[in-house]
Amino acid sequence: MRYGQAPEVLRDVDLRLTPGSFHFLTGASGAGKSSLLKLIYIAARPSRGTLRIFDHDIGTTPRTELPFLRRRIGVVFQEFHLLDHLTAFDNVALPLRIAGHRLEQYQSDVIELLEWVGLGERMWAYPPTLSGGEKQRLSIARAVVTKPDILLADEPTGNVDHAMALRILRLLVELNRIGTTVVIASHDQDLVARSGMPVMHLEQGRLSLQPAAGPRPFPEDVDTFAGTGIL
Amino acid sequence: MSLADDRGPDPAAAILPSRDFRDLGLVFTVAVLSFLACIAVIAALAADRAAQGWARQLSGSATVQVRPLGGETGAEAAARAAEAVAGVKGVSEARAMDRKAAEALLEPWLGKGNIPADLPLPQLVTVELSPEHPASSADLNRALVAAHLNATVDDHSRWMADVRASGDVVRVSAALACLLIATAAASVVAFATRQGLAARRDVVEVLHLCGAEDRFVARLFQMRFASLATRAAAYGALAAAAVGAILRLTGGSDGFSPALPVAWTDLLACLAAPVLGAIVAALSAHSVAMAILREQV
Repeated sequence: MRYGQAPEVLRDVDLRLTPGSFHFLTGASGAGKSSLLKLIYIAARPSRGTLRIFDHDIGTTPRTELPFLRRRIGVVFQEFHLLDHLTAFDNVALPLRIAGHRLEQYQSDVIELLEWVGLGERMWAYPPTLSGGEKQRLSIARAVVTKPDILLADEPTGNVDHAMALRILRLLVELNRIGTTVVIASHDQDLVARSGMPVMHLEQGRLSLQPAAGPRPFPEDVDTFAGTGIL
Repeated sequence: MSLADDRGPDPAAAILPSRDFRDLGLVFTVAVLSFLACIAVIAALAADRAAQGWARQLSGSATVQVRPLGGETGAEAAARAAEAVAGVKGVSEARAMDRKAAEALLEPWLGKGNIPADLPLPQLVTVELSPEHPASSADLNRALVAAHLNATVDDHSRWMADVRASGDVVRVSAALACLLIATAAASVVAFATRQGLAARRDVVEVLHLCGAEDRFVARLFQMRFASLATRAAAYGALAAAAVGAILRLTGGSDGFSPALPVAWTDLLACLAAPVLGAIVAALSAHSVAMAILREQV
């Protein structure tokens, strides 16, 4: 993959994500992590090679079909990409409104999800009034509200303290346990090491895979988000 | 935008920010265009009414010029001619014009009191035609020939053609002006849509990544600009209606002047401006937004 006439940022990437898998994506800045995620959430098309998502060749799939594939992919952005003029509730409900659901269909689900990520008291607040951690959890809630098949998170712990990072990671693991394929791009080597999850490492645009180090060793004393089984 | 933490769910929460200072320029421009369009239509309606009135007057009358023969005087010949055409079907009244009336017709050119008493004047007969089934020029000619009169009939057809052509020019000019104004409005909205999409690139990106189709995004801009254009066109139409009302009031029953007789009903044309503004803006915004969005991944 390349941007315009610039050198390729990803080269010879051969990757197959198994449904229900959990991977960390690591690499130095500029190694191509965000570009790889962009390819997976179909914000870019490969300049060469083949990209298949949900059995669709993205290079040949008509533009009009891409939105329906994107609806099966949740994305947590490093910069959140929340809409500041919408409340937390409306931000989370946005993918459902886009999919054509009505308020009475999604209201209780959205409220339950916001409570699940610890934002039950802040659901009518606007993003500019939320802390970094709250925005991060709001972004996660929006990403998972449609129950996506794939969840991509770009540095989801980059704006929060270590305790919050562990809570967010635990949330993502919970989602993975119910079948969501999860890919997390992270700089946090300590978090990656503690997770024991398989790692995809990018170096100068080339991808290498490191298998899981062992069972999931999350400390049980980390607070979770009071799971309600909503998903 | 209020950041108060006191809202409930809003099924119609605006996905695009509802207010933007950049909209002011668009509102002002569309309001001015709407004002101009409404004024053009009001003027065209009034001018058309004037043209129709003149045409009606011209088509409802004819003039017969009589040349006396033999020992007959001009007045006698005119009286006979009036009698002859008065019996034609489709004529409601025929009257020989006396010298005083003929002099009155010349006064604008020669001045009052400047017409010598011995100046020979044409002997004229004014003929009022029936509005339902007016007699033709040929009918009148036949009656005059039958009465052995040397006379020519002027049915004003030459003037009527000019008046009708003037009316057509006014109508076509107004239609072209409205078309140009609509095109200008569409261009302004297209420009604003481009600006809006560029300014709200972040929102559009989020919508796309949340699975929004192009037409969903385009519809947001379409609704937004249609709403703005409706409001702006209503302001312009209101201002134009106010100007039209002033023209009507200052001109008495004839409107601004006999040449531009504005009627109260003409002002109703302003009601169409917000609707047409919304349609033009919606079509323009939708097509531009779709064209831009199609260029993206």
